[in-house]
Amino acid sequence: MNIAKSIGKNGIVRFLKRDWGKRSVIGIPYFFLIMLFTVPFLVVLKLSVSETDGIHFEDLTSYADGIFNIKIKLSNYIFLGTDPLYVETYWSSIKFAAINTVICLIIGYPFAYFMARSPASMRPALLMLVSLPFWTSYLLRVYAWKGLLDDNGVFNNLLMWMHLIDQPIKMMYTGFSMTIGMVYTYVPFMILPLYSNLVKMDLRLLEAANDLGATPWKAFWLVTVPLSKNGIVAGAMLVFIPSVGEYVIPELLGGPSTLMIGRVLWDEFFSNNDWAMASSVAVTMVGLILIPLAIFNKYQADSGGVRGV
Amino acid sequence: MNSKLGKTWLFAGYVFLYLPIITLIVFSFNDSKMVTLWGGFTFKWYGVIAHDTEVVDGFILSMKIALMTATASVVLGMLAAFAMVRYKSFFGRTTFSAHINAPLVVPEVITGLSLLLFFVMCERLFGMPERGIFTIWAGHTSVGMAYAAVVIQSRLLEMDKSLEEAAMDLGCRPFQVFYLVTLPLIVQSIMAAWLLTFTISLDDVVSTAFLSGPGSTTLPIVILSRARLGLDPTVNAIATITVAVVAVGVLASSLWLSRQERRRVAEQSAAYREGMLVAIEA
Amino acid sequence: MADSVANSTGRSDDSRFVRIDRLSKHFDEVAAVDDVSLDIKKGEIFALLGSSGCGKSTLLRMLAGFELPTSGNIYLDGADIAKMPPYERPINMMFQSYALFPHLTVWENVAFGLKRDGMPKEQIAERVESMLGIVKLKPYAKRKPHQLSGGQQQRVALARCFAKSPKLLLLDEPLGALDRKLREQTQFELVNIIKKVGVTCVMVTHDQEEAMIMADRIAVMQEGRFLQVGHPREIYETPSCLFVAGFIGDVNLFKGTVEVDEPDHVVIGSPECRHYVSHGITGTREMQVSIALRPEKICLQKHEPTIEQRESPAEHGYNCVRGTIDGIAYFGQFTLFHVKLDSGTVIKASRENAARHEDTKLERGQQVYAWWDGSDVVVLLN
Repeated sequence: MNIAKSIGKNGIVRFLKRDWGKRSVIGIPYFFLIMLFTVPFLVVLKLSVSETDGIHFEDLTSYADGIFNIKIKLSNYIFLGTDPLYVETYWSSIKFAAINTVICLIIGYPFAYFMARSPASMRPALLMLVSLPFWTSYLLRVYAWKGLLDDNGVFNNLLMWMHLIDQPIKMMYTGFSMTIGMVYTYVPFMILPLYSNLVKMDLRLLEAANDLGATPWKAFWLVTVPLSKNGIVAGAMLVFIPSVGEYVIPELLGGPSTLMIGRVLWDEFFSNNDWAMASSVAVTMVGLILIPLAIFNKYQADSGGVRGV
Repeated sequence: MNSKLGKTWLFAGYVFLYLPIITLIVFSFNDSKMVTLWGGFTFKWYGVIAHDTEVVDGFILSMKIALMTATASVVLGMLAAFAMVRYKSFFGRTTFSAHINAPLVVPEVITGLSLLLFFVMCERLFGMPERGIFTIWAGHTSVGMAYAAVVIQSRLLEMDKSLEEAAMDLGCRPFQVFYLVTLPLIVQSIMAAWLLTFTISLDDVVSTAFLSGPGSTTLPIVILSRARLGLDPTVNAIATITVAVVAVGVLASSLWLSRQERRRVAEQSAAYREGMLVAIEA
Repeated sequence: MADSVANSTGRSDDSRFVRIDRLSKHFDEVAAVDDVSLDIKKGEIFALLGSSGCGKSTLLRMLAGFELPTSGNIYLDGADIAKMPPYERPINMMFQSYALFPHLTVWENVAFGLKRDGMPKEQIAERVESMLGIVKLKPYAKRKPHQLSGGQQQRVALARCFAKSPKLLLLDEPLGALDRKLREQTQFELVNIIKKVGVTCVMVTHDQEEAMIMADRIAVMQEGRFLQVGHPREIYETPSCLFVAGFIGDVNLFKGTVEVDEPDHVVIGSPECRHYVSHGITGTREMQVSIALRPEKICLQKHEPTIEQRESPAEHGYNCVRGTIDGIAYFGQFTLFHVKLDSGTVIKASRENAARHEDTKLERGQQVYAWWDGSDVVVLLN
């Protein structure tokens, strides 16, 4: 209808005669966003190619003896791109992030599905029970897993007390412990958008599928899953992208074999005090997540926003 | 329906979600230096943290920052949400949109580092700001604003646009439209956004670590440094208090919301029935 | 339309109370409203009728002020309002969704516009009470919109519109949200209230029945233009083109060529039969035309029409077809017959069930003659 076309040149816009109304509504947040994101990132970019001795930087440009110099130091990037440890770290980060995403999907999708298909009266309670961990500090929840998986932790104590084992199983500081921690932290981020999507699905579509001869199992794969594609993308991006740069979980639950780029950045900054290096790592990390970030942004634009967060 | 499978899956899922939290709580009452080896019931750890200045100061600071963050985030987020929903085309809209969505997912090490380096540069050029409360607040707000925008945007999209037009039709100038009609209708989402950003700020650790300075140690930083060293019963005690407060909050708001919704639905169906009777009798 | 119509008091004359002057609205390349002009009389109920996308809503929104025209002017009571923002226009609109403020009571909703005018409290109270009285909702003043039924909500929306005594009332698909029974009732009530208050009204609808029942005059729109403007009777009985003929009510269309062209009658030959039209047309011989015939104008009988039955002897042998009854739809008040002609075309004929028609009872498969008067057809150019 014509209404749809008139939204674009919304009458309200026209009547902010002195455009200042519109300008400030857009301008004020825009200013803050530029100041808090774009400019800092440009600073990082600059620092990553600057000559430095840790925390003191030279300027990129200098003028002396009639010559205008621009010095762009690429050695950090060359190092990052060729050093086998770093290269392995990127792959490792992406690998763990991907594993995390897949497991969250496997656990989270059925969970969200059964939540959405449960009787309407139960859903608010179910939703609330999922949100509660989400609202609790994730640092504490990750710490809780330390208590569970430690050599002296709950699981080991329990198993030993039940005489199922005599030596504690080494679970901590491994890929296993870190993955559990990641999944545990991120699974609500998978469940909530999926639930939000599935609960809005028109169930009559399934009835139509059944009517046309599809078994419930087939109907699920041919109708429900494709329709929940948006929820899957949202959830996957909400899990994958931050996982790549995770610091706390690798730090508390991971070990020397779990190379994660977020930890590397932290160490470069806090332990080595090499700010230029840390900056380069940051820029590289952004490079790693650029494509998923673009997917996420497109999804947000198309769907008008992530619900259920 | 797949109710057996469904119920089992849901049950297992909830156990998975809550088991760690429950163990945290249980072992906060553990009278033993070995955190996970039961040695008797006690409240002593709560006493310890009550007198632990690091914890108490950290808590107060976290609360202060969270309050400021939530308020700033909601204001900025609301403006951003309006810009996205009401103005379908303006210069730089795609970049704006990217800036609003990115903070939801970009790893905190990146945002923390970049903000810090930016502030350091500012300090060199202008002599300010120093690392401390202001820088932490700025870091939290940059992310909080994006979350607030998402929540409010969602509500704005659902809102019947003709309400704002009707208000103008009846004589409201644009700003009056906002505070007489739009604002009352989005107030719930504003509150939700406030609570969300408050919580996020309260829990934030990574970007806080980058942006804090001497004397500005928040509670999560305290927890992180203790947790890195190993298991610590005081952390369990802090966790239990946190969980208790959050649980009460979430439960209360959940109950209130569903009660409101139930009442609304009842009133609507009563009105509908009444209307039908009138039509038939007429 | 270039002359000024202001008389000495600076106001327009009542026959051109609302003047739309070459109004256009373009969205990118598409003209949603294409150079339309219209005069609306004071106190008239005027309907813009058309299907989705014809431009009627855009035109209404320009009247309200929610769209700026690309070109053209709008005059209300002599004043140029095209560039005025909606909150300055003495116009009020009732939205399709009613747009009642959910957080305000009925009373506060109606008082809303009055408060914006800065009216003193007692005056507001008086006016709101009086409005609620007109729409018979006084006992519901303290309720909130979600506590009201659809019909009641509409009345609140109406009261809210009248509260400010606007010079022009706009209705956007006023009956769209109501179910059938309620709609019938509301149609007449609505017209009564509007006439009682005496306000000039422009309404937009896609439902031709609604327009025919409620409006004093109708404009049929298509692709941003007016196809025909006139009283409901004119539009129904003398449609100006094929589209209007087909859009309003049921119609039978015959395609044919003009064989005889006289000032007082015309003969047109079509595959189904030869038509005798008892008025002249602006046209020539050999011209391709369409004949529009309404179902209720057709008589069905089992035997061929005699010369005595005819309006004039000249028509004997014309305006008659033979066929079999292919379908019967019983509507209670009248019956609609589908008659399949020898040529294969199906025409629709209807007749009232005023009498029980025992002697002329028609059944499916029955062979019948369908005939009509030459004065009942409309000739349209293709």
